[in-house]
Amino acid sequence: MKIKILAVALLSVGLTSTNAQAQTEIQWWHSMGGALGEKLNVLADKFNAGQKDYKVVTTYKGSYPESMTAAIAAFRAGSGPNLLQVFEVGTATMMAAKGAIVPVAQVMADAKEPFDPKAYLPTVTGYYSDLKGNMLSFPFNSSTVMFYINKDAFKKAGLDPNKAPKTWKEVLADAEKLKAAGQQCVYTTSWPSWTHIENFSAWHNVPIGTKQNGMGGLDTVFSINSPLHVRHIGMLSDMAKKGLFTYAGRTNQGDAKFSSGECAMFTGSAGAQAGIKKAGKVDWSINFIPYHDDVKGAPQNSIIGGASLWVMGGKKPAEYKGVAKFLAFLSRPEIQMEWHTGTGYVPITLASYELTRRSGFYDKNPGADMPVKQLTNKAPTANSKGLRFGNFVQGRTVIEEELEEVFSGKKDAKTALDDAVKRGNEILRQFEAANK
Amino acid sequence: MEKRVVFRSAWLPYLLVAPQLAITVVFFFWPAAQAVWYSFQLQDAFGLKTQFVGLQNFAHLFRDHNYLESFKVTAMFSALVAFFGIAISLLLATMADRVLRGAMAYKTLLIWPYAVAPAIAGVLWAFLFAPSIGIVTYVLKGWGVDWNWIINGDQAMLLVVIASVWKEISYNFLFFLAGLQSIPKSLIEAAAIDGAGPARRFWTIAFPLLSPTTFFLLVVNIVYAFFDTFGVIDATTQGGPGQATNILVYKVYHDGVKAADLGGSSAQSVILMFIVIALTVVQFRFIERKVQY
Amino acid sequence: MVENRPWLTVFSHAVLIIGAITIAFPLYVTFVASTLTLEQIMQVPMQLWPGDQLIANYTQVLTGGSTTGSKAAVSSMLVNSLVIALVIPLGKMAISVISAFAIVYFRFPLRMFFFWMIFVTLMLPVEVRIIPTFKVIADLGMLNTYAGLTVPLIASATATFLFRQFFMTIPDELAEAARVDGASPMRFFWDIVLPLSKTIMAALFVIQFIYGWNQYLWPLLITTDESMYTTVIGIKRMIVGSDAANEWNLIMATAILAMLPPALVVMLMQKWFVKGLVETEK
Repeated sequence: MKIKILAVALLSVGLTSTNAQAQTEIQWWHSMGGALGEKLNVLADKFNAGQKDYKVVTTYKGSYPESMTAAIAAFRAGSGPNLLQVFEVGTATMMAAKGAIVPVAQVMADAKEPFDPKAYLPTVTGYYSDLKGNMLSFPFNSSTVMFYINKDAFKKAGLDPNKAPKTWKEVLADAEKLKAAGQQCVYTTSWPSWTHIENFSAWHNVPIGTKQNGMGGLDTVFSINSPLHVRHIGMLSDMAKKGLFTYAGRTNQGDAKFSSGECAMFTGSAGAQAGIKKAGKVDWSINFIPYHDDVKGAPQNSIIGGASLWVMGGKKPAEYKGVAKFLAFLSRPEIQMEWHTGTGYVPITLASYELTRRSGFYDKNPGADMPVKQLTNKAPTANSKGLRFGNFVQGRTVIEEELEEVFSGKKDAKTALDDAVKRGNEILRQFEAANK
Repeated sequence: MEKRVVFRSAWLPYLLVAPQLAITVVFFFWPAAQAVWYSFQLQDAFGLKTQFVGLQNFAHLFRDHNYLESFKVTAMFSALVAFFGIAISLLLATMADRVLRGAMAYKTLLIWPYAVAPAIAGVLWAFLFAPSIGIVTYVLKGWGVDWNWIINGDQAMLLVVIASVWKEISYNFLFFLAGLQSIPKSLIEAAAIDGAGPARRFWTIAFPLLSPTTFFLLVVNIVYAFFDTFGVIDATTQGGPGQATNILVYKVYHDGVKAADLGGSSAQSVILMFIVIALTVVQFRFIERKVQY
Repeated sequence: MVENRPWLTVFSHAVLIIGAITIAFPLYVTFVASTLTLEQIMQVPMQLWPGDQLIANYTQVLTGGSTTGSKAAVSSMLVNSLVIALVIPLGKMAISVISAFAIVYFRFPLRMFFFWMIFVTLMLPVEVRIIPTFKVIADLGMLNTYAGLTVPLIASATATFLFRQFFMTIPDELAEAARVDGASPMRFFWDIVLPLSKTIMAALFVIQFIYGWNQYLWPLLITTDESMYTTVIGIKRMIVGSDAANEWNLIMATAILAMLPPALVVMLMQKWFVKGLVETEK
């Protein structure tokens, strides 16, 4: 009797293990919490259901810096995922880790899967490719900074709710009126560095750093203390003093301030739309980010944020085949469209943009294509392709710290930006030395 | 202090200390040695390339204005936490020592924050003081105070000090109460007969007799502010705005974990270790003296 | 007291009552927030009397976590916290009591060296050696395990110290008698020393339970798997892990759940706790 049971047990173990072996597991670590995570799991389930050789296993690893930290630690300990979702500021760090990652272009070529970098929006390709045009990581969720206004607040202040300010001059004028009409919080922003330094520079076609914003080499230095930068940050500081600008914090805290109706104008990620819709408290519109109209060439185009997928090194060949298959699956226009329309992230291939347009989605959701239009406003220049600075997680913290010094009135814009450049350059030199 | 009576065995004592020593070596000495070793190195995030750079990481730190600023912030923070933590709990303990009725109830009501994790203490106070929805913020705004610790460094500091002090009061309170209760009643009565009022009696008898306790608590509170408040900071200001609440231990964490700068973070760890060693020596000398009397 | 100053007594009560209320205020607001809907909390100023969402909020967090941030159920976090809060004090006492026994009741080469080795760990709080300790745990494959969460926190000089101090006060005659009777050292340990140490162990248990329950930085680093989160970490994950506004009602419900067990231990075992605290540190 006992032997029988044992035999059955052994047999079933044998069966399940052969079953498991037949499928190659692809581990995918991501940072998509909540609703976004659900949408991501739908994609993985679809892929898993469509074939039976590979199984994509998704794991939520916390915020972007946390999952990156976890993957780095896992790599050092000799394990880790096949696919890792890394936010845009981690790009340079991943790129420099030659032994730890495999370029996506190579993974696709080895597996003979179709892959055309030209299928992507130029701002997206530029961000994640090396200078030779090889895509190093797979663009996944991309967004950009957008400008939102609360139409109700505009009406209340006697402003035309369908005429969102286009330039910073107009923003200032409207801000004064909103304030006079009793608006407590006039303008706020999420992601201060991404918005007011990184995208600001691209939008006005001025460099963030030398060497094509760091894309041309590790020996780059920051140039965010130009007169234009100083003028812009100085303007925000004046607005803060006059009560026209309310600082909300370093990440997306501004989103809630806008969606709750507290603030009348707001710059934040295109991805913030989902939250504003869900809160359903305000009548709002999404617009291009304002620019200074006396700057020649402005507005240029904005740059992306969000994350891309990196293929980690040191795995079995079969797993790479599976990764390639999965990435090919993700690049299909209909999958891209599903992700774009479901999440609010930008459609990153031209084909999926076309497909979405033809589906009539943009007619039903006015403004949903504003982010793409802003990203492709003009052909990207060396200043607006993107940026690639080593240890930019740290670099961004430095910039944000210095901006906070300005907004709290402790430093003037010039001093703070000079300090940001000085401290930022130290980090770049450190990165250069570590990755020689 | 040694035992007169001892047992003899060639192997038993080694066996008995072995588990603790093993854990100590693996999780204390080995990592500490590694920290020292890393502090002389420059590594990329993935540990693929490592260079020996001597004291360069340290040189970097001491050239970095912000690191020196972090020292100032830490000193300021610890001083505030220790001062208010001690002053408030001494007041409460003195009062609790006076009252006969309900002493136990007061004690129970005052000690429970000890059980609250620093991170949760941070969340609680951050919620009360939240710039847009906080209930205390609402009251403050009613008084005309422009409260927004997200951008106001002094307010951010105040917030983390309040949260840290709140959590530490119960601990200090218990020590002061125990100290006050061990003061011989005859001493106080004698002073009262000499005509000394309550305030005078406190300053001339109780306070001096409590000085060893106060000193002990001072050290403990400083160590608390240095390390255990990590949770408070991480759950509220995360070191900001600017550098306003970036205490040393938070910087170690940020640079090492979030920014993946192993060498720089390890160099900071080594410096912190020296600070702790200095504090411990002070504390130990104090313990020694206590043991003697 | 030799004198009677009623106004002073009134004043003392007043100070204590104000103190107790001020200290309890955050707790009260937290509790109220945990019984409201998110909309009610967002209403400035928030109402200060409990609402009717108590059951809904607590059921939600216990079974499903927050809806926008981490979805890990708080009930499993409570289990994790409990395991850690029990393993740390028990493990700590086990290894400390035997090492203190060896150091006090034996003379052997390197005795003082070992004693100092243990003592010196007082100087190395986990915060100053996080990165290398993390690496050790990773190398040992102990990330996301109970062992990784507890073992590095088990070694500590304070417990060994306390037991050592206490053993010093055990009269020498007891050991003498045991030796005359021909009892082995371990027999003496089991029959005499351990029973005498009961009080001190109860006290240590309370303090270390709280220490274990409230761990933050360490679990934050080594748990990346939601199923291993502790309650304190869970709260943190609910706060940063979302694109929308924080779900304060759920966060506050979790905060109450996270505070309840250690607060109960402190209040119910007050006698041991106070004794343990004051004696451990002195």
